[in-house]
Amino acid sequence: MAAIDPPATPIAAPRPHGRLRALFDELWKDKPGFIGFSIIVLIVLAAFFAPLIAPYDPATQSVVARLKPPVWAAKGSWEHLLGTDQLGRDILSRLIFGARTSLIVGFSVVALAGAFGVTIGLLAGFRGGRTDTILMRLVDIQVAFPGLLMILLIVAVIGPSLGTMVVVLALTNWMIYARVVRGIVLSVRQTPYVEAAEMIGCPQSRVIFRHILPNLMSPLLTLGILEFTNIVLAEAALSFLGLGVQPPATSWGLDVSTGKDYIFVAWWLVTFPGLCISITVLSINLFANWLRVTTDPQEREKRFARARAAVRRREERRAGIRREAA
Amino acid sequence: MGRFILRRLGQGLLVVLGVSLVVFVAMRVFGDPAKVMLPLSATVEQRAEFEHLIGLDRPLPEQFVHFVKDLVTLDFGESLWQRRPAMEVVFERLPNTLMLIVSGLGFAILLALPLGAIAALRPGGIVDRVTVIGGLIGLSTPQFWLGLLLIMLFAVNLRILPTSGIGSWQHLVLPALTLALPSLARMTLLVRSQVIDELNQQYVKTARAKGMRFHTVLFGHALRNTLIPFITLAGWEVISALAGYTVVVESVFAWPGLGLTAIQAIQRNDLFLLQAIVFTVAIAIVLVNILLDIIYKFIDPRIKLA
Repeated sequence: MAAIDPPATPIAAPRPHGRLRALFDELWKDKPGFIGFSIIVLIVLAAFFAPLIAPYDPATQSVVARLKPPVWAAKGSWEHLLGTDQLGRDILSRLIFGARTSLIVGFSVVALAGAFGVTIGLLAGFRGGRTDTILMRLVDIQVAFPGLLMILLIVAVIGPSLGTMVVVLALTNWMIYARVVRGIVLSVRQTPYVEAAEMIGCPQSRVIFRHILPNLMSPLLTLGILEFTNIVLAEAALSFLGLGVQPPATSWGLDVSTGKDYIFVAWWLVTFPGLCISITVLSINLFANWLRVTTDPQEREKRFARARAAVRRREERRAGIRREAA
Repeated sequence: MGRFILRRLGQGLLVVLGVSLVVFVAMRVFGDPAKVMLPLSATVEQRAEFEHLIGLDRPLPEQFVHFVKDLVTLDFGESLWQRRPAMEVVFERLPNTLMLIVSGLGFAILLALPLGAIAALRPGGIVDRVTVIGGLIGLSTPQFWLGLLLIMLFAVNLRILPTSGIGSWQHLVLPALTLALPSLARMTLLVRSQVIDELNQQYVKTARAKGMRFHTVLFGHALRNTLIPFITLAGWEVISALAGYTVVVESVFAWPGLGLTAIQAIQRNDLFLLQAIVFTVAIAIVLVNILLDIIYKFIDPRIKLA
């Protein structure tokens, strides 16, 4: 390894690389987490390079190639691997382009809602007193709103589009970030090291960015990833109901919705886009599960204790068998 | 107890007021009800008449006062689509949604406790692994897709259950199951992890060491301590089903509840009906929240209602 490095590299440089490598090794040991992570990488790559990978344009219709079944079915052909829909559009191409919608909506909503929620949470946690009471009462009130119905009403009034959906989903999903951040800020502020930092006269910005923010990173990362799955599901549901992404744009939820009129004749229209949503969300969940345990020191302790106990039990059993044999 | 309920009703009033403010701003400030509700061919005079009829020509604060007044008297105007008071339509459809929620989530709640507890008995065992993987798949599956898959399997291929609509008990099976499965997955995973944590506590070792039977520890202590977080989640499931997740299930199965009515109201530009549904559900959610707090009190006497 070191031989490949250019000589100008400072000695300390390999360290972050080593840490990344250790993290990767740990991920490799958790098989479900690793599989989830690999699938996420594949989906992101597919979405990014969609025009290069997709065999057809997702919107090109063809009267002669309508409702063609997938390649392994009796009448399938290699021209359309996963078949075509009622307008003769290639399903595989639509799935690859549909990944873009899910990821873009997911990322933008999590970023918007997260930024807003974290700001509110920091404000409430730091200012305390009346600011805290008012902000948190606001959160309580909005949590008790009839969420999805309000989204439907607002989208119906303003008119459905990708932008509307992102803004409305962000406005209805920021509360959880505020609650989590406020809780952590309140508990971290009480720790001796923050008190010490304040005592020796650190400016508040240094206390926030240097001492409190690192504590927020790992719970926020896990929360953001889990919220991402909720947003992907919500986008699919809204598009399915006709209130999200509008044709000619593509979305997995939209494709399931157009396919549902054909479930008696063409099962593949509904099955594949739905499977895409399911696999995406499942992969993220598997990865998030690993991440949560890895970034939480207490959970880590439990995991290693369990692994050690399993090894010990196995050895004891083996020793027992050997003793019986002897 | 009485004072507590009054207090919570007061907080509930704040929620409903918040909902009405958001709905008002969305409808009157960002949207244009006249544009949404009138046909494209409406003349300028018809438009002016309509605006005068629902008070759109008055200043916004005055409109808001009227809006809240209508709300208090539960007068949401006439449904454009059904040509009768919107609340009448809501009360007609509400029982269907409640039936769906009670049967679907009731099934999920009853099944989640034993499933989660059995999985927790041997963490890492085969039953546990199947439960965890099944649970993760369950909470990763979009409900509308699950519903369509169940239709394809039971109605199209096996032909043992009807595809959609309402009527006999057979009509209820698929929608209730679709509503139940994701909730069942979340609740089972919660029970499992809670029971595993409880069984690792020191008091369990003490109880076992002094000779208490395992199932007494499990039912008398571990499962009892799991109840509080379990009820929190179960309550959340009921609330989020009310808050809109039945919309998806109802529209897949053409189940004539509030959710399907909301979608139909949107398709027919019937904003008054949609508004009536949103407020009914907001009030229902406030009531469920109060009920949950009372249930907590019964399960855990240490909790003080305040």
